[in-house]
Amino acid sequence: MVAAAAPIGAEPPPAMLAKLRLILAGVPDPEIPVLSVLDLGVVRHLRERADGTIEVGVSPTYSGCPATPVIKADIVQALTRDGFRAVTVDVLSPPWTSDWISEEGRRKLVEFGIAPPAQAVTSARQLLQPDLAIACPRCNSTDTKKQSEFGSTPCKALYRCESCLEPFDYFKCI
Amino acid sequence: MTPHCLYVLRIADTSLILAQRLGEWVGHAPAIEEDLGLANVSLDLLGQARMLMSYAGELEGRGRSEDDLAYLREESEFLNATLVEQPNGDFGQTVVRQFLVDAWQLELYEQLLESKDPRLAEIAAKAVKETRYHLRYSAGWLVRLGDGTDESHARVQDALTRLWPLTGELFSTDEVDREIAQAGIGPAAEALLPGWSARVAAVFAEARLAAPVMTPFRWHGKQGRHSEHLGFVLAEMQSLHRAHPGATW
Repeated sequence: MVAAAAPIGAEPPPAMLAKLRLILAGVPDPEIPVLSVLDLGVVRHLRERADGTIEVGVSPTYSGCPATPVIKADIVQALTRDGFRAVTVDVLSPPWTSDWISEEGRRKLVEFGIAPPAQAVTSARQLLQPDLAIACPRCNSTDTKKQSEFGSTPCKALYRCESCLEPFDYFKCI
Repeated sequence: MTPHCLYVLRIADTSLILAQRLGEWVGHAPAIEEDLGLANVSLDLLGQARMLMSYAGELEGRGRSEDDLAYLREESEFLNATLVEQPNGDFGQTVVRQFLVDAWQLELYEQLLESKDPRLAEIAAKAVKETRYHLRYSAGWLVRLGDGTDESHARVQDALTRLWPLTGELFSTDEVDREIAQAGIGPAAEALLPGWSARVAAVFAEARLAAPVMTPFRWHGKQGRHSEHLGFVLAEMQSLHRAHPGATW
């Protein structure tokens, strides 16, 4: 893994920045394809280097998440397709938090059947406190039960709704 | 290697070997949820090990990559705590080992947040959040099994009695620790004991488990002297890379 590079290059001009963001809004998260990499909040900066290369700072969600290399390759591929020369750099600090999922992203998660993170992570200490009531993304009942701390990906836990009896994924607060 | 490099490599190796052990459960856990849970913890640990190992390679300054360090070192060059190389045993034994290590890692990463080494502090800030989830998972299971049936209680108590002597190593400070603590890079091993003891005691009480007394017995995995189990772990972990040098996905 490459260390976070010191800021090199400048903020691209507004028109270019808008175009870059439009392209990135079309790059899906490989594990949760309804979310773009912008919705997920993993894109940390966009810079134009002196030689014209676009540098995209990317934060991993979880340090072992296998989707991270795919996300970085997809970003470079999408920008290259539109004629940009692009590289990604890893940004580790401050670490990614589920608070950075956009409002739009939270809405898309519910539509996709995944309960979004229940609260803002003000202090990581709260991770050790009892679970909050998680609303079922299907019927909105809060009569739900955690089945497993870990679900289909590292970022999700597995729940079941006691009202409509459907199992669902919950995007954990981290 | 400098004490700084050795210190980072010890933490990296402990994560890597535990990740490899947990990976052995994939497809064999008692339920699909636990299969996923153990695999996800393993993935986090592997990710943490990669960050730390790349950094150790940079500190060493001989151009070794994370892969070189993971796949091309011999048993005596690995510096992981002896506890993590112990066989998985049954699910209860795996939970006990995981709990003891999670509580230790949490204490370690919380203290490393204050490190004067910005890179180490940055890695700790990432790892500490994941480690809290790991501890929630392992502590949750320890309570369910310890305060469960007579059978489950007896099994985890037995595992605890067997693994407990290996925890001594986690808190025994040596020359490397002393230099690192003096430089403000990280806590000495013994500085992790009070926080760790308080954490595990609280969960043991809830799980109706009796903590064995700390014996003077010590292992020395972090100095490269391992139990008979590490060789087998490495044989499996390194076999592909040794058969096909330089292989990548």
